[in-house]
Amino acid sequence: MAYSDKVVDHFNNPRNMGSFKKDDADVGTGMVGAPECGDVMKLQIKVQNDTIVDAKFKTFGCGSAIASSSLATEWLKGKTIEEAQKIKNTDIVQELNLPPVKIHCSVLAEDAIKAALADYQKKTDGQPTGTK
Amino acid sequence: MKLPIFLDNHSTSPMDPRVLESMLPYFVEKFGNAASRNHAFGWAAEEGVEQARKQIAKLIKADAKEIVFTSGATESDNLALKGVLEMYKEKGTHIITSSTEHRAVLDTAKSLEAKGLATVTYLPVDKYGMVNPQDVQNAITDKTILISIMLANNEIGTINPIQEIGKIAKAKGVLFHCDATQGVGKIPVDVQAMGIDLMSFTSHKIYGPKGVGALYVRKRNPRVRIAAQIDGGGHERGMRSGTLPVPLIVGFGKACELCEQEMVTETARLIKMRDRLQTDIMAALEESYLNGHPTNRLPGNLNISFAYVEGESLLMGMKDIALSSGSACTSATLEPSYVLRALGVGTELAHSSIRFGLGRFNTDDEIDYTIKKVIEVVTKLREMSPLYEMAKEGVDLKSVQWAAH
Repeated sequence: MAYSDKVVDHFNNPRNMGSFKKDDADVGTGMVGAPECGDVMKLQIKVQNDTIVDAKFKTFGCGSAIASSSLATEWLKGKTIEEAQKIKNTDIVQELNLPPVKIHCSVLAEDAIKAALADYQKKTDGQPTGTK
Repeated sequence: MKLPIFLDNHSTSPMDPRVLESMLPYFVEKFGNAASRNHAFGWAAEEGVEQARKQIAKLIKADAKEIVFTSGATESDNLALKGVLEMYKEKGTHIITSSTEHRAVLDTAKSLEAKGLATVTYLPVDKYGMVNPQDVQNAITDKTILISIMLANNEIGTINPIQEIGKIAKAKGVLFHCDATQGVGKIPVDVQAMGIDLMSFTSHKIYGPKGVGALYVRKRNPRVRIAAQIDGGGHERGMRSGTLPVPLIVGFGKACELCEQEMVTETARLIKMRDRLQTDIMAALEESYLNGHPTNRLPGNLNISFAYVEGESLLMGMKDIALSSGSACTSATLEPSYVLRALGVGTELAHSSIRFGLGRFNTDDEIDYTIKKVIEVVTKLREMSPLYEMAKEGVDLKSVQWAAH
């Protein structure tokens, strides 16, 4: 299978690889997938005033899974929570030129974004937005 | 040293230049049809074929007349199973095989089952991938007509106790087919001592050309008969019709001759390189696990699972080394290796496996490069792996509730 140049680039030069402290109040963490399925993605966002100021990922999975999560962190930075909700797996498929057998990697990345946003919102639930 | 490095010699092998040289006269100059009995062109071709038959038979301690040429091991496996079943179906329709056989045997067995032509027992293997001869004995019924067990496994290299299984088959009067595709030319094979009645093997795994293989069919004690699956002319003693691909057969013969002459020195060299690859990688990388038998294994085979990293990403990180993985992402079915699963290797470790296949043309420099690269890429991918991070934090990964998709 040949990989697209963009997948290879993200794989060789992953953007924003790493971790935040998941207990910090301004951090939302999403972990999706399962080791038995061959891919697990951890995606984290750091939020200030409703805006994602930083994002990080760690991924166990194939090159396309790594590229999808790396791309997701790039896209998340600078977006508001609301804008981030709108990122779709099909956007990732298109950007990375993923073949049909790798579409599940993009689905996983979308799930990871949603899970990270949900985790952050759960933490801030009941508190006025933009403060902490 | 030239990149990329070919370390996937179980899939196929580069042709030995000496083999190519032996084939060349048979394309333009000696182009005859080996079945043409009435002119010099036919005789020249036939002479080439018969010499190859002898070279091939010698490697496996058979008689030249017992070699039936096919297009490759897949066809040989098909011919053995289907041909025996069709010929002996009055006697019984039960076949015994194992769960780690190559797809050419498993898919053929499944197709026979699906058509209602046979019942098949798939024997389990132990944690090293080995069939227990006692299990074979216990599975035999009065309806059993064929036992089909591979010599050496294509993924993990484990060598089966063929001689013991052969004895059981003989004692019970059941025919014994052995898929020896990975073993012939690599380890000593003796169809007499091993009690093999039918044996599949191929040229392109032993530095010969692609497109030709053989089925050994025993001629005496007992005389094995098979029903042809391809009709048209009655070539190969009526077992496989079709004009013989003379250049390929000549190359196959030469390849067998070279294997026979060089097996002892080549085996010693391969084992030395393979053991160094294994020792250096496993010493440098914690939680790397050997798959297959620690000693009873093909000289050129090494299969390791690297916990917390996924196989396809490993291959991608080492793109200047040609390797293979049991990861689902590299298979058409999106299921991880059924061979590793049959050994009881966890799915997550099956996804993390890499197969190294060393061969005649690999060098020490290539092994040095590979060791360095594997350590570098596994370390890099572990840094990127949330599983590795959790394991380092002391989280028991088995206790985690995963959001499976």
